[in-house]
Amino acid sequence: MSQPEVLRLDRISKRFGALLANDDLSLALRAGEVVALLGENGAGKTTLMNVLFGQYVADGGTITAFGQPLPPGNPRAALAAGIGMVHQHFTLADHLTVLENILLGTRSLWSLSLDLRAARVRVVALADQFGLAVDPDARVGSLSVGERQRVEILKALYRDARILILDEPTAVLTPQEADALFATLRKMVADGLSVIFISHKLHEVMAIADRCLVLRHGKMVGDVATGHTSPDALAAMMVGGEVQRPKVAVGVAGPALMRLEAVTTPDREGAPGLKAATLSLHAGQITGIAGVSGNGQAALSDILSGLAAPASGRLLLGEAPAPARWTPAGALSAGVGRIPEDRHKTGTIADFTLTENAVLETHARAPFSRRGWMDWRAAADHARAIITKYDVRCPGPEARIRLLSGGNMQKLILGRVLEAAPGVILANQPVRGLDIGAIAYVHGQLLAARDRGAAVLLISEDLDEVMQLSDVIHVMSEGRLSPPLPRGAATMAELGLWMAGEGFDHAA
Amino acid sequence: MRLEPIANPSALRRFGLPALALAATVIAASLLALIAGADPFATLGLILEGAAGSRFALLETLNRATPLIFTGLAVAVAFRAKLWNIGAEAQLYAGAIVTVVFGMTSWGVAWLQLPIIAALAVAAGALVLLGPVILKTRFGVDEVVTTLLLNFVMLLFVSYLVEGPMKDPAGMGWPKSVPVAKDLRLPRLIEGLRLHWGFGIALIAAVLVWLIETRTVLGYRMRAVGQNPQAARFAGIPVNRVLVQTALISGGLAALAGFSEVAGLKGHLSRDLSPGFGYTGIIVAMLALLNPLGVVLSALFVAGVFVGADSMSRAAGVPTYIADILLALSLLFMVLAISLTHRRVVWR
Amino acid sequence: MSALWDILLAASFWAAAIRIASPLIFATMGELICERAGVLNLGIEGIMVMGAFTGWFAVYLGLPLWLGVAVAFGSGMAFGLLHGILTVPFGLSQHVVGLGITLLATAAASFTYRLALPEVTSPPRIEPFQPWPIPGLSQIPFFGEALFSQTPLTYAAFITAALVAWVLMRTPLGLAIRATGENPAAAAAQGLSVTGLRLGAVVVGSGLMAVGGAFLTLSAFSSFFFDMVNGRGWICIALVVFGAWRPGKAVLGALLFAAFDALQVRLQQTPLGAVLPYQLFLALPYLLSILALVLMSRRAEVPQALMTPYNKGER
Repeated sequence: MSQPEVLRLDRISKRFGALLANDDLSLALRAGEVVALLGENGAGKTTLMNVLFGQYVADGGTITAFGQPLPPGNPRAALAAGIGMVHQHFTLADHLTVLENILLGTRSLWSLSLDLRAARVRVVALADQFGLAVDPDARVGSLSVGERQRVEILKALYRDARILILDEPTAVLTPQEADALFATLRKMVADGLSVIFISHKLHEVMAIADRCLVLRHGKMVGDVATGHTSPDALAAMMVGGEVQRPKVAVGVAGPALMRLEAVTTPDREGAPGLKAATLSLHAGQITGIAGVSGNGQAALSDILSGLAAPASGRLLLGEAPAPARWTPAGALSAGVGRIPEDRHKTGTIADFTLTENAVLETHARAPFSRRGWMDWRAAADHARAIITKYDVRCPGPEARIRLLSGGNMQKLILGRVLEAAPGVILANQPVRGLDIGAIAYVHGQLLAARDRGAAVLLISEDLDEVMQLSDVIHVMSEGRLSPPLPRGAATMAELGLWMAGEGFDHAA
Repeated sequence: MRLEPIANPSALRRFGLPALALAATVIAASLLALIAGADPFATLGLILEGAAGSRFALLETLNRATPLIFTGLAVAVAFRAKLWNIGAEAQLYAGAIVTVVFGMTSWGVAWLQLPIIAALAVAAGALVLLGPVILKTRFGVDEVVTTLLLNFVMLLFVSYLVEGPMKDPAGMGWPKSVPVAKDLRLPRLIEGLRLHWGFGIALIAAVLVWLIETRTVLGYRMRAVGQNPQAARFAGIPVNRVLVQTALISGGLAALAGFSEVAGLKGHLSRDLSPGFGYTGIIVAMLALLNPLGVVLSALFVAGVFVGADSMSRAAGVPTYIADILLALSLLFMVLAISLTHRRVVWR
Repeated sequence: MSALWDILLAASFWAAAIRIASPLIFATMGELICERAGVLNLGIEGIMVMGAFTGWFAVYLGLPLWLGVAVAFGSGMAFGLLHGILTVPFGLSQHVVGLGITLLATAAASFTYRLALPEVTSPPRIEPFQPWPIPGLSQIPFFGEALFSQTPLTYAAFITAALVAWVLMRTPLGLAIRATGENPAAAAAQGLSVTGLRLGAVVVGSGLMAVGGAFLTLSAFSSFFFDMVNGRGWICIALVVFGAWRPGKAVLGALLFAAFDALQVRLQQTPLGAVLPYQLFLALPYLLSILALVLMSRRAEVPQALMTPYNKGER
């Protein structure tokens, strides 16, 4: 006997300019069901859920929740209908407490009191019931990523959500925290809630979902029960053909071009500093840093970029120590190429042209400037060269870079970095948010740079990517770096243990 | 209501919207004239006539535009780097004070002394802005309020000087400073015309600033820091050093306004040397969209409105403050129009 | 030195300090509400001028004093609405719009004043608020004169501050406003209208700023003259920072500042005043504000989304 249908999306379409993000999509959800929404980056999964939650208005189609039509474009109506969403990027106010974040918007704005006491009791009860331990009076800014996610889920549960949407929830969790999340989801489902779960991690999806819906380029290409499919079949549907896992040849290790010796940096709110981190980057090798974001990757990346200097320990360039005043300009002249984590915030200047962005790091040197005067012709030529060589799709070198897609922006950054022939390359989440074609391209370029003798440091929260590309893997956990684990010797289970903190106590 | 970016705005949009902003200002002028009980067309006509209707009017406008070009440039340079220099008034007076102090007695070599005075004035203005900028880079103190408050402090300092140590013994009644030496007054730009070399220096300054912004490493860095300081820092640009350099240029330019008014026009320092040139410079800069060459045009426009309104007010009785209202409105209209040239309003 | 003690021990000194603080308290609370919602309102100086003028003008034309205050509040709201529309839905630069509003409001007040009273040489006076001693409390020695013999508008200032503190920290509306200033996406995800909240905050805040200006004409001085606000608006912006965006601390800052202002006036009458130029005393308030900003520069508690426009559904 099947459960009642709680949600129906009927022929949803959503267009952004020339891009048809959702093409005639339909979806039905029953009470107590866990449905996984699968697809590569850019397939349209998040768009569809944002339409459901009311943050976008669909161009066509209808939504029915619990038998009632849902007014479009109205998060308030969605919440009232019992739909809750945990976004990929948390919507929490750091300076407010957990309780305040949960209470926000739940009482009428004309009401004269917040009634914190009653709210606290209810939050604690919900937390106990579903296994979401958190301190209601803690400031959200001081919480770890896993704890923040629990607050996001509590927000939905507090509002009596009967349908919970989770967008890439395990991207920021260790394998152990992911297991705890699944335990919570099972409790919810036992209570009659339904869950829609966006992910591209096939193992997890197979473990928790009843049904899998696969999107590709905005269209629905598969709707199967988990019992009747396999990760390979799902992957094939996501990609539209046989999935190639190219065998990456092992790099030949050369001399150490950059080394960290027991480097420690101070903690910042929400971001741990490095704790006696030791690392050696060898020419011709890709060194991968595995681990969930928020475990010190930012501190490590800052050290290599020149944004921070070690508080204790040594940073060595080749054999010599790095200069005492270690700056980004210093890192650049030392031959460090940096692909930053956020291409919009740190990598490019949105309203600058491609030419101006192309020389962002090199503008003070010949041939782009002489004695303080810019040579814009040389800069434009350089931009054109990068555009051609790295296949950057754009209106031209004088176009503003904000018009480019994420993938093309990343290619420009890649070109800018690689054309300077760096000895060390820092690649921080280099393929985050890119489509399959761009991902393959970027990986290819990093491997080619490695084969030319560069030392590449790859920081990525995608364990598959790290395991596929790296010659040597370190795991990062709470600012500590594991010893190097050569490729082949490191299994996912073992890496998961390191990520959870196991092994550091023995090694220390 | 939402705003959606437009990839390739049409020429109609890019020129039409600012034109609409200007038209709206004219309509507002007519409304204000009506409220004041005057005929709108006549009022506008009198303003135009007062601004450029005779040789006298034109020269008056050019003279009034001179300090506005300097303060407009000062604000444009600073705002480009997202340095909110609202203290051009204080920097102007710093330049004026230095001009009087070093210009009271002539050394007999005006061709040498005047440039030295100008350079010292620039240094004084630069120093006045340097304080707030160092407070910003070192302590994270927002420069909007610090530069603003310094305006009031500087005005009080000027008041002290002209009532005390620098008081002109020969002056009667209204306190003013000792005058600048006769041979240290800026010469006329064209023989016979009441326009001094300050205007010429202002034009040269505009061209220099434009060159710096578009052709030099510093200009590139100023723009980068203004648009995305985080990306600029990551790319190796020394953000704080760029801000300091910007402050030196901006403060120096504003000080030249004071130098020009004292050595070129008035010949002495008094409390009412500047009727708000520092603040008006903000309007000049924004109407020019922070473009240095555009600042010259926008300064002429703004000066014309003020001069025209003065003349119109004497003839038709509409209060001169109509000029201030119109310019503030034109600022808001123009900023709105510019933002809508590459964004479209979308209703849910 | 003994002159200093004489000043500080006089109840009239503290009464003056509280009186001087009152317009600052109104305007500071107004700015605080705006900034807590994420909007920097640099129109404060002009709005105070406009409030001073409209309040005075309404009373000059015959309205009772409290209606004058209401008119001032309304004029503030109008300019606040203009500021809010340009900065919130249209997302224009808060710095530029704020400065434009200050210039516009100041000019509009001056224009209207000149239009209404073209021939006056000295500004006409109106009958201002009279001190209203609180029965019983005002008989207490020292405190009675210092605290409880103020004009009704002063009592209103402190009541307003308490109200703002309570609403901001203890009601759902206040929580919603604070959230839009910290992370508008969080407010939107909880079904709130960020635009509506920010607009409302700016409108109400601007109304309060105008009442602060009206205090100057309806309670402190009894006529309107140009330059009467004289930078108080900017000082209030510094006071918001000094108070770390908390109403209670901001009121304390206003009182501290007002005490220094009252002090410098009285110091000019002492032997010190004969030695130092009076301009130095007048400059003290501004210099102190700068010092306060430097001291409070550990900006850990700045509302995280202050000055960041919110773009719905932006990809």
